[in-house]
Amino acid sequence: MIMKVANNAERIRRELLIRIIRNFMRGTLKDVIDRIAVDMRPRKERPSRCCVYKDRAVLKYRVMAMLGFGIEDEIDEAKALSKYLKEATERQAPDDNILSVLDVACSACVESQYLVTNACRGCFARPCTFNCPRDAIQVVDGQARIDHSLCIDCGKCTKVCPYHAIIRVPIPCEEACPVNAIKKRSDGTQVINFKSCISCGKCMQACPFGAILERSQIIDVLNAIKKGKKVVAMVAPSIVGQFPGKLAQIAEAVKLVGFELMEEVAHGAQMTTEHETKEFFEHMEQGDHIMTSSCCPAYVETVKKHVPLLQPYVSDTPSPMRFTARVVKEKYGCDCVSVFIGPCVAKRKEAQRSPKVDYVLTFEELGSFFAAMNIDVASLKGIKLPRKVEGYARGFASSCGVTSAMLKESTKTVADSNLDNDAKFINGLDQKTVKQLHLYGKGKLPGNFLEVMACEGGCVGGPCVLGDVKLATRAVKASTEE
Amino acid sequence: MTKKKVKVEICVGTTCFLLGASKLQEMERFLPPDLTGRVEVQGTACLGCCRNDNFGSAPFVKVDDTDVIANATLEKVINRVRRSLNL
Repeated sequence: MIMKVANNAERIRRELLIRIIRNFMRGTLKDVIDRIAVDMRPRKERPSRCCVYKDRAVLKYRVMAMLGFGIEDEIDEAKALSKYLKEATERQAPDDNILSVLDVACSACVESQYLVTNACRGCFARPCTFNCPRDAIQVVDGQARIDHSLCIDCGKCTKVCPYHAIIRVPIPCEEACPVNAIKKRSDGTQVINFKSCISCGKCMQACPFGAILERSQIIDVLNAIKKGKKVVAMVAPSIVGQFPGKLAQIAEAVKLVGFELMEEVAHGAQMTTEHETKEFFEHMEQGDHIMTSSCCPAYVETVKKHVPLLQPYVSDTPSPMRFTARVVKEKYGCDCVSVFIGPCVAKRKEAQRSPKVDYVLTFEELGSFFAAMNIDVASLKGIKLPRKVEGYARGFASSCGVTSAMLKESTKTVADSNLDNDAKFINGLDQKTVKQLHLYGKGKLPGNFLEVMACEGGCVGGPCVLGDVKLATRAVKASTEE
Repeated sequence: MTKKKVKVEICVGTTCFLLGASKLQEMERFLPPDLTGRVEVQGTACLGCCRNDNFGSAPFVKVDDTDVIANATLEKVINRVRRSLNL
C-alpha cells in the first residue's frame, strides 16, 4: 500500500493553490501570475531540484495545471501564464483528459528493478549467484553485481541473500497503477495511456517527484462565483474528518467562500442505497450470480475498460453524486452551477458524463479556498444544514459503508434477505485485486454482492484528501452513529 | 518528583492544517525516548500567524506559551523542546 505522508510536493501544490486563489479573489492574479515562480524560488534560496531555474520551470507547469491546462496544450513554450489565465476565464468547459505527466519533472526512474547495496559482504556461500536462473550475478571485487541485460526481475536473489543486501527498486507510478496504464517512453520518462487509464489518481499520489499533474477547475468555479452565479457546493460524505470542525462549521465556511450553500452528497447516498437495494433483488430474481456496487467511478471505469465479463453485473444505480446533482438542479434551478467537492480524481471523469454536474473540486482545493480567504473553520459558529441526512448514508465514505447501508435498507423492505451472508469487499484496487475482478466476472468466487472501492479504506483514502486516513475513518464511523 | 513538561500547541487553523499541521498532531508517537512523557501536545485554534502574506511559513507551533515556530517540522519542535528542558 502507498502511505499518504506529508511531503514537499504536496506542500508546494497547496501553497500554489492558496496563492492563485487569494490573488484571483483580490483581482491581482493576472498581474502576479508570471511572478509566482520567482517569488517562491528566489535565486538565493536552495533549490529542490538541480537549480532554481528548473524549480521555476516546473512551478510554471504546475500553475498551468491549476489553470486547467496540461503539458499537451503547450504549443509555444514562451507563452506567458497570464495568457493561459485569460483563456481559462473564457472557456466554457474543462478539458477531457484529467491527468498528465510533466516530462521535465519526471525523473525517469531506472527500469532495472533489482540493486545490490553496500550491505553485500561478498560471502563465501553466494546464494545469489547459485539461485539466479539466468546467471546474471557475478561477484566482482568482493561485491555481487547484477548484469541488467540478463536480469529478468524474478527477485530470487533478494529472497536468498542472508544480509538482505539486494533490494527491489520500484517505479512508483507503475507499481501504483492497477491497470498498467503508465509506461516508459523511449527517453525513460513516463506516459499515460488514456485508453487504459481509469483516472484513479494513484500514480499522482505515488510519484515522489510530483510529476503527475491533474487539471484543476478552480478558475472555472472562481469565475462562476465572481460572476454572481448561484454556485452550489455538493460535498462528498468523506468530508467528515477532513477539516478540524463540524459539518455545520464547514457549511458556514463554504458559504463564506461565496457558494450559495452546501448540500451533502450523503443525501444522494440515501437515494443510491434505496435504488441499489431494489436493483440487487431484481438481479437475484433474474438469476444473476452477483451484483457489484457502482458508486466508485474508478472501479466502474476499470470494469468498462478491463473486465468486460463483469460489466453486466455492475449496478445501474446512479451514484450519490448524480442523485444529489439531480436534486440540486431541481431545487435551485437549471441555471445554478453544481460543484461536486470530494477526495477523488475519477469523479472529474464521471462528472464529464453527468450533465447535471458542472464542476469538480477536491478537498485539497476547498481547503486552499479557506486558507486563501483566511477562513478558519474551527473558529466558526456553524449554520443549520439544509436537510437532515441519515447517519448510515455518511458511511459511504469508508470501505464496507455501502454494504452496511444496503443491509439496513434491505431489512426495512425485505424481511428475509440473503445479502447478509454473501457480501464481499474489495478494499482498494491494485494489480492483484483487478485479477480478482476477472474471477468474479467468471463466477469463480463466492458472494452475491461485491462492494469495490478503488482506494484503500474507501473515499477517506482518496488521492486528494487532507486528513489522516485512520482519523478520518474514525470520524466517519462516529458520524454514522449520530 | 514529576518532571517538568513542555507545552506544545499545534495550530490547527485551516491554513496550518493544510500545510502540514494535520500530520504534526501525531508527533507524540515519534518522540525520541528521552522526551517521552515530557511533552504535552495540544491542538490550538488559529494563532493568527497566517493572516499576513507570509502564510507560506505555515504550519506554526507554539512552545511554552511564548515562542512561535514558523515552518514547523518535527525536528524543529523537538530541538526547541530540548532547549526548554535544558537537555
